[in-house]
Amino acid sequence: MELYITELSKYFITLFIACYTLECFLVFRFQDEEQRKAGYIRQNIWMFLVHFSCFLVICFETGQIEYLLFYVLQQILLFSTIMLFRMIYPKGNLLIVNNMCMLLSIGFVILTRLSYERAIKQFFIVTASIIIGMAIPFFIRNLKFLKSLTWVYAGVGIAALGVVLILGTVTYGSKISYSLAGVTFQPSEFVKILFVFFVASAFSETWDFLRVAVTAVLAGAHVLILVASKDLGSALIFFVVYVFMVFIATGRWIYLFLGVAGGSAAAMVAYRLFSHVQVRVQAWRDPFSCIDDAGFQITQSLFGISSGGWFGLGLFRGNPTSIPLVEADFVFSAVAEELGILFSMCMILICISSFIMCMNIALKFQDRFYRLIAFGLGVTYIFQVFLTVGGGTKFIPMTGVTLPFISYGGSSVLTTLMMFFIVEGLYIIRRDEGEKRAKNRNQQRKRQRARREGERPQRNREDEEEA
Amino acid sequence: MAVTWLFVGMFFAMMGYTCHYAVTHKQTLMNNSYNTRQEILVAQNSRGTIYAAGGQVLAETKTDEEGKETRVYPYANMFSHAVGYASNGRFGIEAFANYYLINSNTKLSEKVASDMAGEKYPGDSVITTLDVDLQKIAYDSLGMYSGAVIVTEPSTGRILAMVSKPDFDPNEIDAIWDDLIKDKDSSVLLNRTTQGLYPPGSTFKIVTALEYIRENPDSYSQFTYQCNGHFSHGEERINCYHGTSHGGENFTKAFAKSCNSAFASIGLTLDRKKFGETLDDLLLNQELKVDFAYNQSKLFMNADVEDADVMQAAIGQGTTQMTPLELNMITAAIANDGVLMTPYLIDRVETKDRTVVKQFSPDTYKRLMSEEEAQIMTELMEEVVKSGTGTKLSGLSYTAAGKTGSAEYNQVKSDSHAWFTGFAPVEDPQVCVTIIIEGAGSGGDYAVPITKRILDAYFEQ
Repeated sequence: MELYITELSKYFITLFIACYTLECFLVFRFQDEEQRKAGYIRQNIWMFLVHFSCFLVICFETGQIEYLLFYVLQQILLFSTIMLFRMIYPKGNLLIVNNMCMLLSIGFVILTRLSYERAIKQFFIVTASIIIGMAIPFFIRNLKFLKSLTWVYAGVGIAALGVVLILGTVTYGSKISYSLAGVTFQPSEFVKILFVFFVASAFSETWDFLRVAVTAVLAGAHVLILVASKDLGSALIFFVVYVFMVFIATGRWIYLFLGVAGGSAAAMVAYRLFSHVQVRVQAWRDPFSCIDDAGFQITQSLFGISSGGWFGLGLFRGNPTSIPLVEADFVFSAVAEELGILFSMCMILICISSFIMCMNIALKFQDRFYRLIAFGLGVTYIFQVFLTVGGGTKFIPMTGVTLPFISYGGSSVLTTLMMFFIVEGLYIIRRDEGEKRAKNRNQQRKRQRARREGERPQRNREDEEEA
Repeated sequence: MAVTWLFVGMFFAMMGYTCHYAVTHKQTLMNNSYNTRQEILVAQNSRGTIYAAGGQVLAETKTDEEGKETRVYPYANMFSHAVGYASNGRFGIEAFANYYLINSNTKLSEKVASDMAGEKYPGDSVITTLDVDLQKIAYDSLGMYSGAVIVTEPSTGRILAMVSKPDFDPNEIDAIWDDLIKDKDSSVLLNRTTQGLYPPGSTFKIVTALEYIRENPDSYSQFTYQCNGHFSHGEERINCYHGTSHGGENFTKAFAKSCNSAFASIGLTLDRKKFGETLDDLLLNQELKVDFAYNQSKLFMNADVEDADVMQAAIGQGTTQMTPLELNMITAAIANDGVLMTPYLIDRVETKDRTVVKQFSPDTYKRLMSEEEAQIMTELMEEVVKSGTGTKLSGLSYTAAGKTGSAEYNQVKSDSHAWFTGFAPVEDPQVCVTIIIEGAGSGGDYAVPITKRILDAYFEQ
């Protein structure tokens, strides 16, 4: 009986998440959020089924009922998040909230499997983060001075990273965290948001060469401090986000090319200068040649991913804990091993659909500041996913960043939640903007029609073309 | 927007790469000794059974009442190198089929039944291409000698028998392991069929003859030589076996009588660069696409090689080193109109309830020579049996073709390894045999009779 449930559930879980993922992309058929509603409801059902079946398997495999209680708490949290959000922000985007909850629930499942203690800790952090995050769209919508804080964002960001560089504690060879009153912060996570705000506001009014030059110096300061802290993954994210934001702000390809060229040159220099960069590149090229030290983590990760096959070994059936740091940087491999390659691919597709939605929001904005924020946050998010998944699968060298929403880590999950809620705020602003425009247009039309009734009829066509 | 597509493109490349890598490397990764997931499978499934082609059990795991598992090899020493062992490291089929043996694809209901009974799931079985009867004859015929026998099917590449001596009893591997490792001289654990590097002696004249035909396609048949038992060039002197004078010969006779003097003189006429290329074509000095452990056969040949070395190489002496496998592959290609089929040992993988999990089919390795060249070589090798050094295989119910070799490995005494490689029947080759008997004497006297016994058994079946 047990075996039937655990074996068959593998296929059902994959089916459920595949259906969820399909809905993620089907909603893009419709332009209007109202028409997408049915799809969103279906997503909630698939999400519930994935989450429930995973915990059912966990309970069967461990024989412990306390997991069920934990599951109920998670279900309440996710359900109330979605319901509250719908109530507070009826104009919000439900795809982003759904994806957020789906990814969080996968995170809960895999963390519960890897370390129950940490999963509980993560659960409380997520709950607190969601409470904080819920308020964010309101502030984004109403705080109009956000646009004018350009240099403050840069100053605070550089200061926060600088403090870590000087006072921070070293973990796995990088200085990335800072303890205050018993709580460990990883400021580079939060500074990502500040950084996007800095670049967006810097380019909101002017985007001439001088602007590019000044912001480049400040962005460079961020990146260099991170490189000095040996936090190469974050340094790379800041760099890439800056280059892409400049490209979008100026619309000039030359900056993108210069950025890529400069980045490659910097990477070459870093490779020559730093032994820890060489070690990582070596571990990427041929991890099996240094399987005892530098290649150990990546080879264990590859063992995990490949052993699962398309449908995975099943929760508690694999050995993901053999991968060092599995619950943070290598959580993707754990998901692939026990829930299957297909499941993990769906998970990536869910991340991509969130990114596409974010880009869509950016694309339709008239306001440059908001547009750049939406764009910057989207790139920050997706590039981080790319770095962590690519690093764990040997597609690119390992950089040691977390998988947003899934990995264990308070700073990471809080930051990503804030990013998603900021995007929600932007979405609401854009809908306001759109509605206002539509209203104006309607009024204009009415006025024109009123005028037209007394005038010559041949102007009719011209007007319509303008509209 | 271009940026969106750029990232989506990057992700698709990454996803494609990840899926492809995970699926194509599954076995290699699983067999890596750093992979702890093997232990999960081993704890969950009992090791599968290895069968001969005829259904006889070659290796199976027996579990006693206390749950203690023992690997049992019913044929003991007979299949020691082919089947190998699974403790103290792994070897043979136990090693390269390990992935299949530790996995279980049995039906869910079967797994549930095992769960109920408190047993492990039955691991998948591996059905080999090995033929117990041929293996037994080959094994018995070698007697007390050290050496190797490999029997293959030229048209498919199936390996029917693989014997290496000295051997060991895999049932006792744990007890005898330390002694086997300490004993450096007899190298019992070496699978001589695929790993043993020997001077090929006169069997290498197959290669020399092929190269001569390639370089002189129109005139090789006009070749003549007057043999007086030795051939000298500069300081180097090559003797015929036991100093026999073969008298006047043409190309066919020189090959059939295995005249060292004629072939040393032929060797000197060869274009050394082209000769080197032919060696590469025939898979010497190359990595092989085979599952099992092997050593590369070696002969360095290019324009800079000295005359004396070429003379030695032409008769398979000097630095030339070959495995019986390599010689068997060349012979099999000749038998199969020039096309080499990849030699393989596993026919299929089945679950315990006999559902096929994976079927291996014959696979073309590559063409080693043209059909015409294969035809000429077959005629030359047929003459060896009819009137040359292999006459002990003539006048039988089947026709055979082949080449003997008596490879000298000791400069002081004239000790030699007895070689034979050949196939039968000539009209429609079904089986290809390669034999080496260490230190026995001439190939014609010692290796050919064993070949005859194996072929007799094969055609009686």
